[in-house]
Amino acid sequence: MRKSLLALAAGILLAGSVSAASAADKLKVGFIYLGPIGDLGWTYQHELARQALVKEFGDKIETTYLENVPEGPDAERAIEQLVRAGNKLIFTTSFGYMDPTLKVAKKYPNVHFEHATGYKRDKNMSTYSSKWYQGRYIQGLIAAKMSKSGVLGYIGSFPIPEVVSGINATMIAAQSINPNIKVKIIWANTWFDPGKEADAAKALIDQGADVIMQHTDSPAAMQIASERGKLAFGQDSEMIKFGPKTQLTSILDTWAPYYIARVKAELDGTWKSEDTWGGLDSHMFAMAPYTNMPDDVKKIAEDAQAAITAGKLHPFKCPVIGQDGKEIECKGGANLADGQILGMNFYVKGIDDKLPGK
Amino acid sequence: MELVEAIILSVLAASTPLLIAATGELVTERSGVLNLGVEGMMIVGAACGFGGAWLTGSIFIGALFGIVAGTLMSLIFALMALGLAVNQVATGLALTILGIGLSGLIGAGFVGERLTPAAHLSIPGLTDIPLVGRVLFGEDAFVYFSIALIIAVWWFLYRTRAGLILRACGDNHVSAHALGYPVLRIRTLAVMFGGACAGLAGAYLPLAYTPFFIPGMTAGRGWIALALVVFASWRPGRLVVGAYLFGAVTILQLHAQGWGVGVPSQFMSALPYLATVIVLVLLSRARTGGSTAPAALGTVFVPDR
Repeated sequence: MRKSLLALAAGILLAGSVSAASAADKLKVGFIYLGPIGDLGWTYQHELARQALVKEFGDKIETTYLENVPEGPDAERAIEQLVRAGNKLIFTTSFGYMDPTLKVAKKYPNVHFEHATGYKRDKNMSTYSSKWYQGRYIQGLIAAKMSKSGVLGYIGSFPIPEVVSGINATMIAAQSINPNIKVKIIWANTWFDPGKEADAAKALIDQGADVIMQHTDSPAAMQIASERGKLAFGQDSEMIKFGPKTQLTSILDTWAPYYIARVKAELDGTWKSEDTWGGLDSHMFAMAPYTNMPDDVKKIAEDAQAAITAGKLHPFKCPVIGQDGKEIECKGGANLADGQILGMNFYVKGIDDKLPGK
Repeated sequence: MELVEAIILSVLAASTPLLIAATGELVTERSGVLNLGVEGMMIVGAACGFGGAWLTGSIFIGALFGIVAGTLMSLIFALMALGLAVNQVATGLALTILGIGLSGLIGAGFVGERLTPAAHLSIPGLTDIPLVGRVLFGEDAFVYFSIALIIAVWWFLYRTRAGLILRACGDNHVSAHALGYPVLRIRTLAVMFGGACAGLAGAYLPLAYTPFFIPGMTAGRGWIALALVVFASWRPGRLVVGAYLFGAVTILQLHAQGWGVGVPSQFMSALPYLATVIVLVLLSRARTGGSTAPAALGTVFVPDR
């Protein structure tokens, strides 16, 4: 019921927010956002990148965005609306826009599409995503160093490979510091519900966790950790405002360099369909300043960040041992293959929990 | 033992917005009006409540802002559904959509700001009693108010003449009208009460629960409140039980995951709704008691003059 209501709401928004064309020679760039631009998380970071585009190219481009566009069939209408308004390069910024984007892309071969975090491409549709697990690895090192109870609390959204690989990278790193470290995992079954995220953080802390990590989008968990005098990591955005003495670091989605590169290619006429999966080395994301930790822990984090950026350290270096104690087949030479990480559906050794659906 | 206390505290906090919003909706529905716009009134209450508290620095004024905002939203509903006799279901849904959009607009200036949450009661000696101290004597004002509110509503509905008239409007508006009662005026007041409660319930979220405002932060709690009224079969006593039960299921399923209990979390999340469906089935099978839905619920009333 709520989904369809949001769809209705988006339909109403659509009518109002597509601005009319003005100068004909400007490159028009469109964006489809999942949440409101004020979500302080996922959509907000895309919006920052859009603003960076405007700053970089000034009069040469004109940008339009549609916010609160639900994933699924309704998105198709929103994307098509951007095409009809004359946008030549369109960024669809959530996984669930994959099929709608592909459908519209096939219909309009002269328009270029950029889809975030998906895996379907076409000659006029690129995909882009980040190797967030690299950041999760660094967080795992910090968490293991900072935890006094030896229990980490992890709030997951949905058990999809992106989240599971984050949990695994965290635990591989944490075990390298403290082999007996434990993690308690709570699935919120939502990306965004501040109340539920806060409840999950409370439950984790009540059960003995003293470092909270999250893969959901609001700063609620950070605030609970702050209230209870525990430590936490932010998500997507800088969340230190919600826990000045709490945030250790945060994985910041920094889409601007990629967006600028793609718009530049479009302006130069050199745009072509690509699959970009960038990590720390290509600045697809960044780590917020390392705060609220002693210098030796900070040094460990910085060293790991430098090593990952230089390509000397890979979180999923073989052998990776699965939950059942058996070694995971190593398809990528020295490390797990990208495909194995993108489709990760198992826990590594040392996680007591059972992966939902397994 | 400390864990038990912590869990009870979390349950009370999670249940309070449900209880307040459902209390308001119960009175609205008892007068024969079905207002599905609870979610919309709540989210506007949340935005205005946060705004009020942020501008003035007072949680109390924030709560008042929430109440006023919810009431104003409900007046839109009253104008459409009662004044113009528009279909109540459609109007309620429209109110929710309007509320979600409006709250984003109102709250845009406050996103990213944080607030010191509502203070918790602290009585030296009493609050420190192990296990029950913080549960009974260490809550915030909203929790105590929600309990006082539902007791007051019970007393009003079953022990006062005005409550009897309100229920009469809900069961048979033609008869109530024939007896000379101003059905539409009574219903308007009931709708406004529902709006005030929804606004307060919404304001509870950014003022006490998660002290910041983000668009969409009610995340479906208005719909749960609606389900709760049905679950309670329109009775205040059962509403209290239901609200704490719904809250307990929410919190316990999180703890169950932390303990590694092998029940799928999705199933646990669905439990309150399953319970509501089961109660509905039981109600429709046992039609002998007087506890089913108000007979005139959701029907349009146009007085002939």
